[in-house]
Amino acid sequence: MMKRLNISGIYVLDQDEALDFYVGKLGLEVDTDLDLGFMRWLTVCVPGDPDHKILLERPGPPAMSEETAEQVREMVSKGAAGGHLFFAVDDAHATYAELRTRGVELTEEPTEQAYGIDFGLRDPFGNHVRVAQLKQG
Amino acid sequence: MSKVTEERNRRLLRVRDLMDRSYADALDVPTLAGLACVSESHFIRTFRAVFGETPHRYLQRRRVERAIWLLRTTDRSVTDICVEVGFTSLGTFSRVFHEIVGESPTAHRRRGSVGPVPSCFAHAWLRPASTAISEKRASVSQH
Repeated sequence: MMKRLNISGIYVLDQDEALDFYVGKLGLEVDTDLDLGFMRWLTVCVPGDPDHKILLERPGPPAMSEETAEQVREMVSKGAAGGHLFFAVDDAHATYAELRTRGVELTEEPTEQAYGIDFGLRDPFGNHVRVAQLKQG
Repeated sequence: MSKVTEERNRRLLRVRDLMDRSYADALDVPTLAGLACVSESHFIRTFRAVFGETPHRYLQRRRVERAIWLLRTTDRSVTDICVEVGFTSLGTFSRVFHEIVGESPTAHRRRGSVGPVPSCFAHAWLRPASTAISEKRASVSQH
């Protein structure tokens, strides 16, 4: 049966812009960036954690019709495409401060929760990203 | 056309994020329209087209959602919570809460605490549905 979750994907509206954001600002690293001709296979991961890759996929033809792709892009830009990423950090406040200096669009300040301290941000397209400093145990 | 729509959506999403973040501040439609760099009527119309409800209604639901959270995760008084989430009068808060949730804040508190899920999900899913009351009734309760 299934052993582990290896790759999960989100829709991005521009893969170069996605790289600027996820690698340049959030500090992830490129796992695979492959031009297959019919598509650009682009995955990133947290440095040191190559077993959890994120596929950054651009919705468009021929995988889906131009009309459908337009609807998907619209949903992404409304923040309603269901693309969620949850990252863990050691120090939520420090990470928040660092991301703020890098000009990341932060949607919620670090907040104490039952499970730790977390904050929110958006990627340049509308996807929702959460960053948490989780309690031990 | 599509690119224009995407840019419009993202601009409005940024304003909605600001409402999510600063819900307790005195956010009025002229201020929000200014942030979106559009006229007031254009802002209301496009916000409603993109998110399915007026900005005023969205803000009310956001505040009520925060009140639900505080009612169900703390033992703070209803008056305290009313002020905390951005209402200036307990009467307005109680009326809007009842309109949107269908019961009073005190009755809602008896539903008990919330399970261990990320707060952003609890917030989004505990938020009363937009369809709970009509826009017409919502506009009557402007304060």
